[in-house]
Amino acid sequence: MTRYQPVIGLETHVQLSTRSKLFCGCSTDYSGQEPNSFVCAVCLGLPGVLPVLNAEALKISVRTVLAVNGTVSEDSRFDRKQYFYPDLPKAYQISQFEHPIGLGGHIDVELDGAVRRIEITRLHMEEDAGKLVHVEDGGHSLVDYNRCSVPLLEIVTEPDIRSPEEARLYLQKLKSILEYLGASDCNMEEGSLRCDANVSLMPAGSSLYGSKAEIKNMNSFKAVSRAIQYEIERQAELLDRGEKVVQETRLWDDSSGRTSSMRSKEDAHDYRYFPEPDLPPVRVEAREIEQAWQDLPELPDARRQRLINDHGLSGYDAGVLTAQKAIADYFEAALQVQPNSKSLSNWIQSELLGYLNRDGLDIEDSPVSPGSLGELIQLIDSGKISGKIAKEVFAGMYQTRRPPAEIVREKGLEQISDESALEAVVASVLEAHPEQIESYRGGKTKVIGFLVGQVMKETRGQANPGLVNQLLKKKLGSGGA
Amino acid sequence: MSLDVTNLTATEIGRRVREREVSAEEVTQAYLNRIEALDGKLNAFIRPTPELAISLAREVDEKVGKGESLGPLAGVPVAIKDNISVPGVETSAGSRSLRGYRPIYESTVWERMRQQGLICLGKTNLDEFAMGSSTEHSAFGPTSNPWDLDRVPGGSSGGSAAAVAARLTPLALGSDTGGSVRQPASLCGVVGLKPTYGSVSRFGLIAFASSLDQIGPLARNVTDSALLFDAIRGRDQRDSTTVDYPAGPTAEKVETGIEGLRVGVPAELMGEGIHPETRDAIRRVVDRLSALGIQVGEVHLPHLEHSIATYYIVACAEASSNLARYDGIRYGHRTEAAEDLESLYTRTRGEGFAPEVKRRIILGTYVLSSGYYDAYYLKAQKLRTLMRRDFQEVHREYDVLLSPVSPTTAFRKGEKSEDPLEMYLADLCTLSANLAGVPALSVPCGFSAEGLPIGVQLMGRPFEEATILRMGRVLEQELDVPDRMPDLG
Ligand SMILES: [Zn+2]
Repeated sequence: MTRYQPVIGLETHVQLSTRSKLFCGCSTDYSGQEPNSFVCAVCLGLPGVLPVLNAEALKISVRTVLAVNGTVSEDSRFDRKQYFYPDLPKAYQISQFEHPIGLGGHIDVELDGAVRRIEITRLHMEEDAGKLVHVEDGGHSLVDYNRCSVPLLEIVTEPDIRSPEEARLYLQKLKSILEYLGASDCNMEEGSLRCDANVSLMPAGSSLYGSKAEIKNMNSFKAVSRAIQYEIERQAELLDRGEKVVQETRLWDDSSGRTSSMRSKEDAHDYRYFPEPDLPPVRVEAREIEQAWQDLPELPDARRQRLINDHGLSGYDAGVLTAQKAIADYFEAALQVQPNSKSLSNWIQSELLGYLNRDGLDIEDSPVSPGSLGELIQLIDSGKISGKIAKEVFAGMYQTRRPPAEIVREKGLEQISDESALEAVVASVLEAHPEQIESYRGGKTKVIGFLVGQVMKETRGQANPGLVNQLLKKKLGSGGA
Repeated sequence: MSLDVTNLTATEIGRRVREREVSAEEVTQAYLNRIEALDGKLNAFIRPTPELAISLAREVDEKVGKGESLGPLAGVPVAIKDNISVPGVETSAGSRSLRGYRPIYESTVWERMRQQGLICLGKTNLDEFAMGSSTEHSAFGPTSNPWDLDRVPGGSSGGSAAAVAARLTPLALGSDTGGSVRQPASLCGVVGLKPTYGSVSRFGLIAFASSLDQIGPLARNVTDSALLFDAIRGRDQRDSTTVDYPAGPTAEKVETGIEGLRVGVPAELMGEGIHPETRDAIRRVVDRLSALGIQVGEVHLPHLEHSIATYYIVACAEASSNLARYDGIRYGHRTEAAEDLESLYTRTRGEGFAPEVKRRIILGTYVLSSGYYDAYYLKAQKLRTLMRRDFQEVHREYDVLLSPVSPTTAFRKGEKSEDPLEMYLADLCTLSANLAGVPALSVPCGFSAEGLPIGVQLMGRPFEEATILRMGRVLEQELDVPDRMPDLG
């Protein structure tokens, strides 16, 4: 793809985690509920109803704008975006067009060790639409308005993204920031995070953008990078053949792995935006913005830096641990019990996340609590159990949700660090291996490793290997010299 | 019945109900009987609601019986324009597209009136979706003017105005987007108030033009109007465009006189286009005020000449959007002849709306379209700002602006209905109060040679309804308007 430079911009719709909808009191907790059971006169757009802005949605939006380094507009406004569709009961969506709540901002992503800054153009609040359900017989469709008027924040980037991988990293970082803020649950499969991509190619070395295609219907992070990759290749082939890229909206089909034309620029709607007369301008005072800034939680980049500085973690490890707020919280809670950051980081990444992934569990639902994991590391660090035994103990903890000490005691897995208890085993091993003793004394001191292994085997791994080493050396005399 | 309650004012009915001289049920029944007997001639009501009315009246009588303290309008009947939602009662806005639609929720104005013991007599006729000045454009047929059945009552709240004039109800609610309360009040010889934008909740009012619509009272006199205004006004958390209204009942201020008030007469509203008979009637009002020692001066509203164009751009733009929801998907009329989604929309809407509504939807869609927005909608908004400034400027010096309400007295049915531009001119004097958001009152000030009522308009500063009501009250007392009643046989 060196002939062409991909130019990618993302528009992300985030469902905000408010208790009620954007303009009425209906609960947003409709997931899995009866169709049209979470609706009222207002979100159904019955004749004569009026919208009232949800203050919580505004607050979350303001926090999000600040979290992505954007500028909160002290005066923003709602507009009507007008089009006919059965899932849109007023035949207009209340959105922000000319004066959005947030302008500018950026998100940094790290690719191949270098930081890439993705500029954000704008962030605006709007209401979600309902959902059409197409009935199998093809004769008619049904419509469910439960989702209607759920608050969304749309976050639009500049065409700054240069590869599918960068797009994926941007989305991951955005998701991470939103989770840290508690702004959204960011579930792409369930549609609480939705992403459209504008993709175009420009000839390498040029600075003129080509015609873009807008790609819709990507329902996972993986789908986003696949769809963009597909689109880059499709457009490159067209350009190679001397054909033009048509400006249009294209639909991604995850099963076939292709995009197909949905509507051309000529068919594009004229949304006839105009200021929503039923809602006064949205005023956010400078001191409220200042307060929201003060109240922002620590965000992923800052937390990652803190883990590097304060706990000596590598950039990579700190990145993995802070990508999800819940993992970072887990890490820091365990650290309270046993301040061995490297060991904890390893255990979380290799064992804990492995088990959780296998079972499809979130870290919030981990059967092993951060405290228990801290205790387990404590047992290792104090020499009570060996690292090898610890893995067995961890499996038991994960299965039974019990603390490590209990499992160690019950299964008798405690490390044998009692000299007198080991002396007999050491003696019997030496007795059984006269040749190795010979070799050792002849100067092949490395053979001691074999002897330690034999002792470990006899004690089913429970012997303290350091102590065994010491005892063997004592028995064999001070080396072969 | 020895006492005909249908001749009483709302104030008087309220007092007699509280003092147990008459029951709310007797009052209600008397009005229902009169509607039954006379509305065949007027068609002021789309649907009376006798069962609802009687049950509400009995509730009031029960409270009277228990000695509960009641407001001034408890037990007083009210007629409600059919674009205001009363739960369970078909609310069609005079449109075929909403036939059979029954609201599942309560408008704020009705909730407030109900809580204060007002009795809903029924829903009154209007131009479809309140778009018109004659109440001829209704899916339920035209309403007649009680003073001359061949003439229109004005509009769009023509049903409410005719019902009050014919004493089919002591009180009524209308909605005023460009004069729809004041102009029919003037043509029917009753008092009509268009409150300051933001003083009365629009929640439950089927929207025509959201930034202009206000619900307002119609009554036989100023005091009754003030009482009904007090009953419905004030901030509503369901309507974000409402604000806290200055404290204290307006009705109590009505009798405090007009000493020291200064009156301005906009020259632009006394020129060509105003019928000489109407102009003379307004001049007599000015003379009377001067005789009372009131300072009256000529003023100018320089941008007023653009008010009709500005109004029709803003109002139609908002209407095209507000009426887009009547698509036959969820409620109201749905075509029988849909082949696909597109034809479901076009046929449903084609069948549901009459020509005047279609005209305004098309106009509004046009002015908001890409490429035309700046030239029309944006420019209209700028003019609106200038008009608001004109009012602020003039109101610095003058407490009240005085003008005709309607350029002519009631015109004949059919006279203007074929010519939309002619019809739009009927709103010349009233539109600017909506564009500027200021309160305006229509008070009867005399009769034409043909015996048709003439009204005078008083426009005040925002939230100074009390001032124009005070002046209206003085005019009521001072003008010697003959105490006539329409003869309905
Ligand atoms: Zn709702």
